[in-house]
Amino acid sequence: MTATTLPDASRQYRRRRIRPARALLHAFLGATALAWFFPVLWALVNSFRDYDHTALHGYLSLGGFTLDNYANAWNQGELPGYFWNSLVITVPAVLLTLLLSSCAAFVLSNYSRRFNLVMLAVFLAANLLPAQALLVPLFRLYTSIPLPYWISESGSLYDSHLGIVLIHTAFQIGFCTFVLSNFMKAMPASLLEAARVDGASVLQQYWGVVLPLCRPSLAALATLLVTWIYNDFFWALALLSSGDKLPITTALQNLQSAFFVDYNLLSAGSVIVALPTLVVFFLLQRHFVAGLTLGASKE
Amino acid sequence: MVSNAPSPPQERATRPGEGPPRRPRTAARRPGLRNSRGDRATLALMLGVPALLVVCLVWLPAMATVVLSFTRWDGIGGLETIEWVGTQHYTDAFTIYPPFEPALRNNLVWLVALFAVPTVLGMFLAVLLDRELRGGPVYQSIFYMPVVLSLALVGFIWQLIYSRDQGLLNAFLAVVADVPPVDWFGDSDINLYAVLVAAGWRHTGYIMLLYLAGLKAVDPSLREAAAIDGAGPVRTFTRVVFPALLPINLVVLVVTVIDALRAFDIVWIINRGRNGLELISALVTSNVIGEASRVGFGSALAVIMLVISLVFIIVYVSTMLRGAYR
Repeated sequence: MTATTLPDASRQYRRRRIRPARALLHAFLGATALAWFFPVLWALVNSFRDYDHTALHGYLSLGGFTLDNYANAWNQGELPGYFWNSLVITVPAVLLTLLLSSCAAFVLSNYSRRFNLVMLAVFLAANLLPAQALLVPLFRLYTSIPLPYWISESGSLYDSHLGIVLIHTAFQIGFCTFVLSNFMKAMPASLLEAARVDGASVLQQYWGVVLPLCRPSLAALATLLVTWIYNDFFWALALLSSGDKLPITTALQNLQSAFFVDYNLLSAGSVIVALPTLVVFFLLQRHFVAGLTLGASKE
Repeated sequence: MVSNAPSPPQERATRPGEGPPRRPRTAARRPGLRNSRGDRATLALMLGVPALLVVCLVWLPAMATVVLSFTRWDGIGGLETIEWVGTQHYTDAFTIYPPFEPALRNNLVWLVALFAVPTVLGMFLAVLLDRELRGGPVYQSIFYMPVVLSLALVGFIWQLIYSRDQGLLNAFLAVVADVPPVDWFGDSDINLYAVLVAAGWRHTGYIMLLYLAGLKAVDPSLREAAAIDGAGPVRTFTRVVFPALLPINLVVLVVTVIDALRAFDIVWIINRGRNGLELISALVTSNVIGEASRVGFGSALAVIMLVISLVFIIVYVSTMLRGAYR
C-alpha cells in the first residue's frame, strides 16, 4: 500500500514546488532551440533576398525579398540533372539493401546459432569501417570490372551509378541485417513452424510470413537509408569521375564555385538540396527516430 | 500468405516430432532444420549473396589496403609493378610528412571537442526532455533536425554565417564591437573550432536521440526508489540512471569516436583539408585521388585509421551482439 501511495504524494509535492524551475526549463530549452534553428532559418531568409539589395544594405537589413534566387540556383547550378543522379543512386541502393539484408537476417535469425553471431559481427563491423580505408583496392577493382556500354558509358564499374549503388549496399547491409535479425528473432517461432508444417518453402516463409511482419522496421530503415545515401559525399567523389554523373550532395562542390560570390544564391541552393531530406524528416519523423534508435536500444 | 505446396514425402519423413508441442523459443532455435535440397540452396543464396557483397566490397579491399601500405605502387600499372618497401611509409608518415602531425592532432581535438560539448549537451537535453513537457516533441524535432542534413551541406549553411565578407557573424561583430573581419573558415588558427561548432551542431541532436531512447528503457521503478530514498534529481541521475545506461553510453562512445575519425565531408568542402583543417581522412583522400597518387603512402595512413577504428568497432559489435543474444 505505502509503496503505491508514496510516489504519488512525492510527485504532487514536487509539482507544486517546482513551478519556477519549469519556467526556467522552458526558457533554457526555448533559447537553445532558437539557437539550433537559427542557421537553417538564416539560410532560408537569405535565400529569398535580392543580392543587390543585401550587397548595398548589408545582411542585417530588411527587404529586397524575391524568388529569383531559386530559379537561378535551379538553372545555373544545373540542379535537375544532379537530382536525377541522386534519385538513380538512392532508390535502387535502398531497395537492394533492404532486400539483401532482410534475406540475410531471415537466414541468420532462423537457423543455426553460433555461425550466426560470427556472420552478424562480419556484417555489422563492415558498416563502421572508415570508407577511406577501402579506397585504393576498390578503385582498382572497379576499373577492372568491365560493364557493357548500355549500363555504364565508361565501360567499367568505375564512374558508373551501378558501382555507387553496390558500394552503398555493401556498406549498409551490415546495420540493416543486424536490426532486422533482432526484429525477426522477436517473432513467435510458431509462425514459421506453422508455415513449415503447411509445407511452405523457405522462399514462401520469407516473402509470405516474415517480410510482411517486418514492415515497421523496413519503413524505419528505409527512411534512414534514404537520408544516409542521399547525403553521401565521399563515394561519389571517389568513384565517379564525370561531373555530370555526380549526385547532388557531391555536386555541392561545383555549386560552390558556380555561386561563388552570391551568397543568396548559395542559400537558395542549400535550401533546395536540403529539401528532400527535410521533407523526409517532417513527414516520416517517427520512422526516422525509430530507425536511428533501433540499433541502439533493444527492449 | 503461405500456400500449401505439397512437400516431397521423404522430406516429411525426415522431420518427425515436428508435430505437437513446441520447445520453448529461448532454447537453441530450430537446430538443423531438415530442409529440402531446393530450400537449402535458397538459404545459401539468401545469405551468400549479401555476404559475398560485403566481403568482396568491404573486407577484401580493407585487407588489400593493409597489404598495399607496405608497398610502393602507382595504382594504375599492373599488379607486378608493386614494389615491397616494408614499413617505410609508416616511418615517413611520422617523420617527414608535415601534415600528418597536425592531422592527428586535429582528429584528436575533434574527438575531445565532440565529447566535451555536443555529447554532454545532447545527454543533458535528453534528460531535460525525457518527461511530460508541453512542446517537448517540438524541441526534440528542432534539436535533431540538423541530423538529416549532410555534413557537406552543414558546411555550406554555416558558410553563410562564417563568411569573411558576407557572413552574419562578422556583420554582427562589426555592429556591436569595432573589430576587423575574421576569416572564420580560412584562418588556420581558428577554422578548426569554427568547423567544430558546425559539426557539433549536428552531432548534438544525434546524441540526444540515442539517450532519449536509452532513458525510455530505464526501469522507472529505479528512479522511484531513488526518489523515495531522498535522492535529488542530480544524484538520481549520476548514481542510478547513468549507470543503468551503460549500453547506450558504449554506443555513444563508439559513435562519437567513429564520427570523429570519419569526419571528412565538411573539411573537404571548405578547403580540401588543408591550412588548419588537416584530418587523416582528408590526407588519405588527397594522397590517393590527388594529382600525386601516392597509393602506398595513402594506404599506410588509411591503415592507421583502420586500426584505431577497429578497436572501437570491436567494442561496439560485442556490445550490440551481447545485447542481441542476452
